[in-house]
Amino acid sequence: MSEILLQIDGKEVKATKGMTILEAAQDVGISIPTLCQHDKLEPYGACRICTVEVESRGWTKLVASCLYPVEKDLVVRTRSEKIDKTRKMILQLLLAHAPDSTVLQDLAKEYGADKDRFEKEASFCIHCGLCVRYCAEVRKKNAIGFVDRGTRREISFIPELAARECWNCKECFPLCPTSALQAAFVLVEALISAQPCFAEKANQASSPG
Amino acid sequence: MPRINSPEELEKVRQEILSRTEPGKPCISICAGAGCLASGASEVIAAFKAEIDKQGLNGDVDSKGTGCPGFCERGPIVVIYPEEICYLQVTPEDVPEIVSKTIKEKKVVERLLYVDPTTGERATHESDIPFYRNQERNIISSNIKVDPKIIDDYLALGGYSALAKALFRMSSEQVLEEVKKSNLRGRGGGGFPTGRKWEESRNAPGEIKYVIVNADEGDPGAFMDRALLEGNPHSILEGLTIGAYAVGSQEGFIYVRQEYPLAVENVNIAIRQAEDYGFLGKNILGSGFDFNIIVHKGAGAFVCGESSALMTAIEGRAGEPRPKYIHTAVKGVWDRPSVLNNVETWANVPVIVNRGAEWFTQFGTERSKGTKIFSLVGKINNTGLVEVPMGITLRDIIYNIGGGIPGGKKFKAVQTGGPSGGCIPEELLDLQVGFDELTKAGSMMGSGGMIVMDEDTCMVDVARYFLDFLTDESCGKCVPCREGIRQMLKVLTNITRGKGKEGDIELLEELSEVAADASLCALGRSAPNPVLSTIRYFKDEYEAHIREKRCPALSCKELISFYIDPDRCMACMVCFRKCPSEAISGGKNLIHVIEQDKCTKCGTCLEVCPARFSAVRKISGEPVPSRIPEEARIIARESKQK
Repeated sequence: MSEILLQIDGKEVKATKGMTILEAAQDVGISIPTLCQHDKLEPYGACRICTVEVESRGWTKLVASCLYPVEKDLVVRTRSEKIDKTRKMILQLLLAHAPDSTVLQDLAKEYGADKDRFEKEASFCIHCGLCVRYCAEVRKKNAIGFVDRGTRREISFIPELAARECWNCKECFPLCPTSALQAAFVLVEALISAQPCFAEKANQASSPG
Repeated sequence: MPRINSPEELEKVRQEILSRTEPGKPCISICAGAGCLASGASEVIAAFKAEIDKQGLNGDVDSKGTGCPGFCERGPIVVIYPEEICYLQVTPEDVPEIVSKTIKEKKVVERLLYVDPTTGERATHESDIPFYRNQERNIISSNIKVDPKIIDDYLALGGYSALAKALFRMSSEQVLEEVKKSNLRGRGGGGFPTGRKWEESRNAPGEIKYVIVNADEGDPGAFMDRALLEGNPHSILEGLTIGAYAVGSQEGFIYVRQEYPLAVENVNIAIRQAEDYGFLGKNILGSGFDFNIIVHKGAGAFVCGESSALMTAIEGRAGEPRPKYIHTAVKGVWDRPSVLNNVETWANVPVIVNRGAEWFTQFGTERSKGTKIFSLVGKINNTGLVEVPMGITLRDIIYNIGGGIPGGKKFKAVQTGGPSGGCIPEELLDLQVGFDELTKAGSMMGSGGMIVMDEDTCMVDVARYFLDFLTDESCGKCVPCREGIRQMLKVLTNITRGKGKEGDIELLEELSEVAADASLCALGRSAPNPVLSTIRYFKDEYEAHIREKRCPALSCKELISFYIDPDRCMACMVCFRKCPSEAISGGKNLIHVIEQDKCTKCGTCLEVCPARFSAVRKISGEPVPSRIPEEARIIARESKQK
C-alpha cells in the first residue's frame, strides 16, 4: 500500500491510498462529527455533518470527509468559521424533525445550534439511511428502503419481507440516531399491512361510522 | 438494404438516393415535431397525402413529416421545396389551395406567409423571416429537411460521412484532438470542455468504456434536445459513434426520458436502420470498429439529468446522485470510464469532424465556441427554438429573434438555465451569451432554457415556483438540499402570502449558502440560484412583499384586491354576470361593488370590463377604498327615447 502524506488541522498525517479523510483523521485521533457513517457500511455522504475544508491544487472547497479520498499534500481543516456555520445549519434543519434526539442535542451544544430555529415537523427520521443500508449491506435482506423522493422521502419496510425477516432481527433499531421507536413504528405499520386480517381491522377502525 | 462496407460504398449509396430525386420535383415538408403535432400537423400531413392523390399528382410531388425547425409559435409549419416557400399555421382546410396554387400553378398563397408585425411585409422564404434570419443554424437547420424515420433523408444530406471520415481518414487521437481544438463545451449544463472529458476517459484504465447521451431534458420550458433527438436522430447516433471511436468504447447508452415518446420511437427506429446499413454493430463500414447502442428510458426524475444519478439509474438502481470526487469519466457506469454528453453536444460532433475545428471556432466568443440552441418561451412573441452563435446578446435573442414582448408589456427578466439558473434583469440585456458570462451574472447556460418574463411576473413568486419544483425533484438524500429547499420554499411561500417578516431575506441567503457549499450533487448546489439571483436583482420586490405586504407585479393573489372605481363604473352588468363566485353586487343602473370576502381574485372582472370604462382596478399594498353609500350607487340615466 502506498503511503500518502497529508495535513489535517496543521498536523502531518500518514495515510494509505484509498482511505478517506475521515478515516485518516480518526487514525490520528482527530474527531469529525458524523451521523450517517457506520464502520460496517459503505460511506454514504448524506448528512454532510462531516463536511471539512480542503485545499488541493490551489482550490479551497468544502467536501464530505467520509467520502473524499486522501491525496498527497492535501491540506484539510476540520474546523473553521465556514465549516461550523454549515454544521450548525445542518443541525438546526435536522432538529426540526427530531428535536429530542440526544445525538443531535449534544452536537447542537457544540456548534451553538438552536433547536427551535425552524418550525417543528416531527417526523423523527433524519434520513441517515443507517437502517436501510444495514439491512441491505450487512443483513442482505433489503426489508427496509427509502420511498418517494425530495421532501417526501421516507423510510418504509417492505411488508412481505418484513413479515418474514424482521421479527427475529430488529438489529436496525439501535442504529437509529433519533429514536429507535421511529423504526419500530414504521415496522409495525408495515406488518399490519402485510397481514390481511390486520389490515381489514385497521381499516374498520379508521373508517368513519 | 445490404450493409455498407466502405466509405466508397457510402458515397455510392448517397449518389443513388440523390439520383432518385428528380431535380426540381416539388417536396412538401411538414414539421412533425411534438409542438406542431400538438397543433394538428398530423391532420395536415394526411390532408396533403389525400389532396395530392385527389389532384392526380402522385409521383409528381413528394410530401413528408419532418423534424422541428423551431418556429413552434406558428405551427404547423410547411416548407415547399425547391423554392423553400414557408407557410405558417397551416390547417387541413388550407391544403387544397396550397396544392393547386403552389404546386400546380407555382403561385404563392399570400395569406399563409409570415407577416412582419411592424412593416406589414410578407416573407416568402424561411430565410426572410426575422425569427430565422437572425439565427445561425448550424445544427438544427437539417431538421426540416429530413423525415426522422427515413435514414435515406439523412444520407442524402451527407449523413454518416463524418463517421466515415473519422474511421478511415483519422486516427482516434486525431478525432480527439479535433474536438479538443474546437473548444466544444458541454451543452447540458456545466459547460465542461468535451474534449477534456473524452481524453480523461480515454486515458482511464479499463477495457470496457461507455459513451452516453443525456436526453433526460427536464428543465421547465426547455425542449431543444427533444427536437434534435426527435427530428434528426441519426445525427446523434453519428456523433455518439464518433465519440466512442475517439474514447475507445464499444457500447453506448441513450438515456431518454419516457415523457418523450416520439423521441424514443424515432431513436429506436434510427438505431435499427443504422444497424441494417452497417453504421452500428460489428465492423462498422468495414473499418473493424464495433459499437452498439442501448436505449434506456428514464422513469421520470429530473435529478437523473445529473451525471452520477443518470449512471446509477442505468445500472438499474434508484436514480440518486453519488459523490464525484472521482469523475464519472474515470469511474462511471459500473465503475467503468463513462463519457456523458447531452444531446446537443453529440449533435455538434459530426459537424466538427466534417468541417473542422477551425470552421467551428469562427462562431462564438473566446471561451464559448460554436452555436447554442435555446428554447425561447414565456412572455415572448416568437416562442420556439433558436440557434445562435455564442456571444450574441440577450437583447438580440429576445427582440430581433423573439420579436419582443407581447401585448405592449414591459420586459422584466429572462430566466436561463432552468431550476439551476437564475433571472437576469433588463439592465443586463446587453450581456453576451456565454458559459462564463451567464454564470458571472448569477445564472447559468444550463441546457438552454430561456424563459422571458414581463412586468406582470412577480420575481418572488418565480423563485418560489422553482423551489417548489425542486422540492419534488431533489432526490432527498442529502440534508442541505432536501431540508434547505424545504425551508427556503416555506419562507418564499410565506413572503408571497403576505406573511414574510424581517430577517427572511437573510435566512434565505444563509440557507442558500449551506445548500450551495455542502450539497452532494449539482442539483443541490445550484438550487439556490433562482433565490439568490432574484434577491440580487429584485430585492425591492422582496422588501415590498415583506414590509408593505405589497406585490409590485400585482400577481401574488393574497396580496392583491380587485376594486371597481365607482366614478368609472357604468353598471353595464358585464362583470356582474361573468363573476364565477357571484362576488359582485350590482344591477341595472346600480354601480357595481365587489364583495371582498367572496372574491377569489380570479381577475375575470378586470378582463371583461369594457375598455371604454376601465372601471376595475387591481391594487396591492393599500386598503380597498371603502364602499360608497348605497344611495350614491344609483345611476340616473336619461331615457334614450327622450
